Amino acid sequence: MGFDPSYQDRKFNAVGTRPKRPDGIDKVTGRARYGADFNMPGQLVARVLRSPHAHARITSIDTSRAEALKGVKAVVTAADMPDLTGGKRSAFAILSNCMARDKVFYDGHAVAAVAAIDARTARAALKLIDVTYDVLPHVVDVDAAMAADAPLLHDNVFTRGVDPRPETSSNVAARSEFGHGDVAAGFAAAEVVVERTYKTEQTHQGYIEPHACVASVNPDGTAELWVCTQGHFVFRQTCADLLGMDVSKLRVTSSEIGGGFGGKTHVWAEPVALALSRKAGRPVKLVMSRDEVFRASGPTSATSIDVRIGATSDGRITAADATLRYSSGPWADAWAETGAMTSFACYDLENVRTVGLEVLVNRPKSAAYRAPSAPMAAFAVESAVDELATRLGMDPVEFRIRNAASEGTRSSYGPVYGPIGIGPTLEAAQAHAHMQAPLGENQGRGMACGFWFNFGGQTCTDLNVNADGTVTLAVGTVDVGGARASLSLVAAEELGIAYDRVKAVVADTATLGYNDMTDGSRGTFSSSMATISAARNAIRVMRERAAMTWGIPVEDVVWEDGHARARTPGQGNQSLSIKDIAAKSGNTGGPIAGHSELVADGAGVSFATHICDVEVDPETGATRVVRYTVIQDAGKAVHPDYVEGQYQGGAAQGIGWALNEEYIYGADGRLQNPGFLDYRVPVCSDLPMIDTQILEIPNPNHPYGVRGVGETSIVPPLAAVANAVSNAAGVRLAHIPMSPPRILAALDQKG
Amino acid sequence: MSAIAVSTTINGDDVEFLCNSDETLLDVLRDRLGMTGSKEGCGTGDCGACSTIVDGRVVCSCLVLGAEAEGRSIETIEGMADGAALHPLQTKFIEHAALQCGVCTPGFLVASKALLETNPDPSEEEIRFWLAGNLCRCTGYDKIVRAVQDAAREMREA
Amino acid sequence: MLAEGGEKAFVLAGGTDLLVRMKSDDFDADLAVDIKSIDGMDSISESGGQFTIGAAVPCAAMGENAALTAAWPGVVEAANLIGSTQIQSRCTVAGNLCNASPAADSVPALVAAGAVAVVTGPDGTRNVDVADMPAGPGKTTLAPAEIVTAITLPARGDHGGDAYLRFIPRTEMDIAVVGAGVNLTLDAQGTITSARVSLGAVAPTVLLVDAAAAAITGTRLDDAALSALDTACAAACNPIDDKRGTVAFRKQVAGVLARRAARIAYDRAGGK
Repeated sequence: MGFDPSYQDRKFNAVGTRPKRPDGIDKVTGRARYGADFNMPGQLVARVLRSPHAHARITSIDTSRAEALKGVKAVVTAADMPDLTGGKRSAFAILSNCMARDKVFYDGHAVAAVAAIDARTARAALKLIDVTYDVLPHVVDVDAAMAADAPLLHDNVFTRGVDPRPETSSNVAARSEFGHGDVAAGFAAAEVVVERTYKTEQTHQGYIEPHACVASVNPDGTAELWVCTQGHFVFRQTCADLLGMDVSKLRVTSSEIGGGFGGKTHVWAEPVALALSRKAGRPVKLVMSRDEVFRASGPTSATSIDVRIGATSDGRITAADATLRYSSGPWADAWAETGAMTSFACYDLENVRTVGLEVLVNRPKSAAYRAPSAPMAAFAVESAVDELATRLGMDPVEFRIRNAASEGTRSSYGPVYGPIGIGPTLEAAQAHAHMQAPLGENQGRGMACGFWFNFGGQTCTDLNVNADGTVTLAVGTVDVGGARASLSLVAAEELGIAYDRVKAVVADTATLGYNDMTDGSRGTFSSSMATISAARNAIRVMRERAAMTWGIPVEDVVWEDGHARARTPGQGNQSLSIKDIAAKSGNTGGPIAGHSELVADGAGVSFATHICDVEVDPETGATRVVRYTVIQDAGKAVHPDYVEGQYQGGAAQGIGWALNEEYIYGADGRLQNPGFLDYRVPVCSDLPMIDTQILEIPNPNHPYGVRGVGETSIVPPLAAVANAVSNAAGVRLAHIPMSPPRILAALDQKG
Repeated sequence: MSAIAVSTTINGDDVEFLCNSDETLLDVLRDRLGMTGSKEGCGTGDCGACSTIVDGRVVCSCLVLGAEAEGRSIETIEGMADGAALHPLQTKFIEHAALQCGVCTPGFLVASKALLETNPDPSEEEIRFWLAGNLCRCTGYDKIVRAVQDAAREMREA
Repeated sequence: MLAEGGEKAFVLAGGTDLLVRMKSDDFDADLAVDIKSIDGMDSISESGGQFTIGAAVPCAAMGENAALTAAWPGVVEAANLIGSTQIQSRCTVAGNLCNASPAADSVPALVAAGAVAVVTGPDGTRNVDVADMPAGPGKTTLAPAEIVTAITLPARGDHGGDAYLRFIPRTEMDIAVVGAGVNLTLDAQGTITSARVSLGAVAPTVLLVDAAAAAITGTRLDDAALSALDTACAAACNPIDDKRGTVAFRKQVAGVLARRAARIAYDRAGGK
């Protein structure tokens, strides 16, 4: 379904306005129900026993004393969750992560779980489970894990993507490579070369709502799961597969979700809750503590990245090369590969190469975090680009404009770009008032660009026209931040009716066909495409009903402003509103609806440029962001307030990542800061107002030109802040987060 | 250990409940009284999602024992609207799109209400520092601060 | 009650430390004695310039007391840095002191001010200099079943001023990486006649740094004096590397904060 050129200069009636969201009142009154806000009669409380060791063999587990405790109704271990994955590597990794088999791989890895009549009994029961461990050497650093003498997590990891296949096992699970041209020749032709290694520490998505679910399995194998998730259809499939249940017998309802950012696209303890319920024969409620969320859900990768870029003295990049090492946790995924793809995506390069290395470490299983893998790669590349611009004596924005990708550029990861926004965002940055504002003492300014692919995926939508002419829109993408408002605007736009005549709901797995998760910035993009399709189908039905009523061919009926009208004057001045048609639907053929099941293709890449001013205290390294601007291409902003909100939220997460957020491990491999006290996300007083500028370069693959917006905004901040701090401090910072001790050490070293 | 009987006032209503000595006010509200508007984000007073007002002061209800509610006056998010009439803060939060996922919103609203009852004309800096104990991961706080400023202005003009 | 309760009995005032400890797996409490409704515990009184702060007074109430804030702005600003608005509605400086974290925010300011703790136990009541209360991380010099019932601050006197600064990586919410409390008295010409300099989070207990005080006593806080103060403070530190800061960082920043706090205290004392 491509871009509808009739929208190019058309004035939208609903899309682009800023009405109130339909779920707003429930959320400001406390009525909205999140994962932990639901209860079932007779439910038990679950608690999970977790490994205190970073790496160990489990030599025995004895649950008998826990099972004997009054009030305990079920205890499960790996024995109750046998391997049904049939050798599928990624499914086995999920299963092992939910409940350890014979080894534990990180501090916090689940080894057993109990369900009891109350929290106090469950807590006491955990203390009665006897586990003996044979502690093994561990490794948590991504570079240390690649050393020849590093402790190995597995004995059967032979780096994929290397030819010939390595003979010895290592912690490097995979190697990937992208690029084109001849980088050696390109560097030979360069007059200036910048080369540096950058490090980023592990961070967590930091959603305020811990994972929570209520699971209820019946003796006949049917089951219900209430859960906060970004993808209830995916959760249903995964849980059914792991537990050997029929997918159709498991009904998953997504609660309102208190933040996800990728961390709730994976199951963590939900299969355990189902296993407990199955064993106990009663519903089981499982809520993770904040400590468990940090230790045992899915933080992002820690990285170590080498970048080398060469340019001629007139500012043209001749070669770009990066080697990116990403930590995966105990089992391989594709984080390094994704980082390698995004690294140089902003630029038009003749000679480019990126190599990604996926490294296993004794940390929790890494999960997606908003444009996964892109922020770290952008930090390294955009820092190097800035250094290069400085060495050439060029303005950093001008240098990027000179090398920016545009329509027709062959990207560093393969595809050729259609119309894209990197050039426009850079030009807008150049012209923005922020760039002209004077800087105060100890202040520095930095800017950076970012890119994200955005995804489409499988999407189903039902649009039902009620007898009173209002419309119910059932979508399958979980609403993480206001999408119900945006999708209602799209339905209203297509049907030509008022926004408040549309009610959007998120349907459960029993009532709608399969939907991919809300991730990859696909929620509004894909569901809006399906909504448009469903609406057009419903309009077709309503035109037929009008045609039938007037006795004219359906081709002679048009749909305008919420009304069916006869096309030619000779057929009379007839007009039927959606309300008129709906009221008579029982007599004209029954209920009126439009459905859409599609794979939303062509999500449209999006680009952003950010500008950041910081103030650095030269005596302590304390740093504050004093001004921040996000300029990003949205294709078409369906609900501008919520597009701005995505820009601001992604920027805030990136600022926290750049300045203070990191996982801190002790020498014993245990996580030292699994709480919001010492895992330091930005608080309200840490940030200024965040200015936003929405650019709209239409995506040719969406009827309105919509591009995904949720993720790109987290990609530039690490580099924008690093460039600003480096300028303020007068020394290059290459290790994220740039906490005060790191900045002060760099200042002291500078002298 | 036997349960403790507590008599208190919540959102203006007389309430009695039983709780264990180690249960927090947050546990009591959510699990005994069915008032799930206050949220548990961390359980250790670091996120403010459980904010309630006790005898006129905004506190983290996860750090108050249920037994301590005896004889006190408690205000939660459920009591912020006056029947069907939303509090100006609630209205402004929706108008300014000051919520995305909304899980931190009850805590912010209760804390902001306490702010405006103490200081009806706060500066941006005063708003930000007062609310520093309320974490939001979705919005970057920009629209939250604007909503509070706008609500304060409307309440001053009323 | 506390005497009977033994090791598993605890005083409950604001609860902002106790409840956090209660929720951790390795903590066992049989009894919590709520002191908030005991007469006199929740009020601030002043007599002859001396302030008495009941052990159950929340820090927020200290900031609302105009006379206390005018006399001891350093103590009050330290108390009002603990945690967040929500925490300050409940936490107490007595609790902050008795919890005995080396990084407690109010303690360096209390020590610099020369505060005294009123301690009551089975054997009667005694006064203890706040500086002598901390015995190590999580430990005080209180005997079993003794509790702090009030903190007193001496009369401010003329030409006096105090200040407290702490270093945290964010703007709020963090535990102090370094804390510095300075209390000065000047003569009519602006020369420092007495000084107390106290550092927090840089040793197992709060430090009262006599050498730092000596470095500025008799001066008008010129650059040389400030430099000597910085050096004395850095030398007095005995910090650790932990998730909040390194040894080197703490030593360097201790000197910086002491200088800055001394300037503020000097201005408040009327010096120029």
